[in-house]
Amino acid sequence: MTDTAHPIIQIQNVSKRFGKVTAVDNVTLDINAGEFFVLLGPSGCGKTTLLRMIAGFELPTEGKILIDGQDVTGVPPNKRPVNMVFQSYAVFPHMSVADNVAYGLKIAGVKGGEIKDRVAEALELVKLGGFETRMPDQMSGGQRQRVALARSLVMRPKVLLLDEPLSALDAKLRAQMQFELSDLQEKVGITFVTVTHDQDEALSMACRIGVINKGEVAQLATPSDLYEYPANRFVADFVGSVNIFEGKLTLDDADKAAVDCPGLGKVYLNHGVTGPHGADVWIALRPEKIYLHVPGEGKAVKAAAQDAPDGYNFARGKIKGMSYLGDITLFEIELESGACLRVSRPNLSRHDQDDFTWGDKVSMHWRADSPVVLLG
Amino acid sequence: MALFARTPVAPLEYSRTLWMRLWVGAVMIFLYAPLVVLMIFSFNDSKRNVVWRGFTTKYYEKAMGNDQLVEALINSLTIAALATVASLVLGAVAAVMLWRFRFPLKSAIDGTISLPIIVPEICLGVAFLMFFAAVDWPTDLIWPFNLGAIIIAHITFCFPFVTMVVRSRLATFNREQEEAAKDLGASEWQVFRDVLIPHIKPALVAGALLSFTLSLDDFVITYFTSGPDTITFPVKVYSMVRFSVTPEVNAASTLLILLTVALTFVALKLQGVKAIAETH
Repeated sequence: MTDTAHPIIQIQNVSKRFGKVTAVDNVTLDINAGEFFVLLGPSGCGKTTLLRMIAGFELPTEGKILIDGQDVTGVPPNKRPVNMVFQSYAVFPHMSVADNVAYGLKIAGVKGGEIKDRVAEALELVKLGGFETRMPDQMSGGQRQRVALARSLVMRPKVLLLDEPLSALDAKLRAQMQFELSDLQEKVGITFVTVTHDQDEALSMACRIGVINKGEVAQLATPSDLYEYPANRFVADFVGSVNIFEGKLTLDDADKAAVDCPGLGKVYLNHGVTGPHGADVWIALRPEKIYLHVPGEGKAVKAAAQDAPDGYNFARGKIKGMSYLGDITLFEIELESGACLRVSRPNLSRHDQDDFTWGDKVSMHWRADSPVVLLG
Repeated sequence: MALFARTPVAPLEYSRTLWMRLWVGAVMIFLYAPLVVLMIFSFNDSKRNVVWRGFTTKYYEKAMGNDQLVEALINSLTIAALATVASLVLGAVAAVMLWRFRFPLKSAIDGTISLPIIVPEICLGVAFLMFFAAVDWPTDLIWPFNLGAIIIAHITFCFPFVTMVVRSRLATFNREQEEAAKDLGASEWQVFRDVLIPHIKPALVAGALLSFTLSLDDFVITYFTSGPDTITFPVKVYSMVRFSVTPEVNAASTLLILLTVALTFVALKLQGVKAIAETH
């Protein structure tokens, strides 16, 4: 992306109400030309409604939608320069693959020869060359999705909308398609807007992610910012796995801060936070950012790191649960306060899983740049 | 070894249990024995057609040579064809309207549209007789316009069947296909023509077949609406039977049976091909 990225889609104060239910609540959002944008959120959060309003299948109750600078709020779907890949793919069952892909071009009045060339090109793009005469019922779900992709891409839309594109595929195929979609997006340079409830999907494909909760944008950020700097408890909890503890802000300087959490202990941060002294805040700590030690060893390791005063960023507990996942092992640790902490530990050697077992007393520490202070 | 020669009957292999076979056989006899007897006796070389007196095809020649009978058959086929076309259009449009749109009195229309199926035929017949008399429907038109009254009556009881089968087909329609077509630039009409019609095609074939056969063999309503110049095949056969049941009647009936069976076969064949293509 260039630094002069211009917004291809501008959503301005858009709300959508179905009777008394507010599906989308005053959303303002810019999607840049050429980016792979993902709308992420739990089911029923309004993300699909937002996508359907961009496509033109729903009209906003309030607000405006601009595509490439043009107000399209009241423009019907068949007159918008965007195309959509539907969740069910919606491939026309009575048409061959080539006829499916050619349909939009025929409607647009493109000449026969050009149609043929563009259909062949589009099918080549989605790796379906040679499938022209197949009927949809002779194809697998993954292949039908490629037909739907080609059918939209052949129209050369300004924006391609994808509604839960990978939800109907099995795990292996999903991983492969994630990669292929990103690849395809780079190749054609069209803006992709995808809706998903799957955080892995969002993190792996997106340039930027808009997390939607209860019809509102909870956070708008790049995948790594979203994971490492969540703006609120909802995002921290929804994207990835996290430990959240309530606490009080006891120290807040420009270069350091401290939070006293009754559940976790005293937490020290090597950066300042914005919040009044004594404010109620939440600490979010990712499981993989916590180091696990046998008792006695922990304090020494932490002291060597020397990034937090004594008594901070340290906890003791007992292993309550373990699940071995191959690459990592997940630990459920009961702290002295009675609270539970989730810790993940990479199995760097083939014997790492033998280090701990149920009931073991352990100590933990984390670095001063690991915890995130959340105000909401 | 003979004891083990037969593979055991699996739980769902009903067709291999003896009692089930006997039962199915009994049902088949119950259903088709009268028809088979009718067909066999159409070749009976006897005037009174009670006792078998030898094989002949002369009654087929006689039936074919019976101008009144042939005229009645042509009338019947014409009425059935025209009533089918009209019923298809009316029925399909009604089904799509009820499925797609919201409008005043929708539930009332929804509830009454199948009334012509439920109302006893005799009542419909009398109603039509009185209606056409009341509006002073012209009876001296030239063929095929003189069949107008019968065609209208037939459309009335045929099109609800079309509506029924088309609606059940529409219930399986994936609305995302409609949206996909619109997304690709199609207008409402183009969506209807390119996506909806192909989807309901099997129902249209089934509806057409239903209408055609219902119209072809209708007696009661036709009896009340036909005049001296507009005799249909069933009405003609009835009047022939009143004199005596000759093998000629059997021959004519056999021809009609063969015609309907052939039509059904063609329709199923057409529908089968379409249905396979449209399983998704």
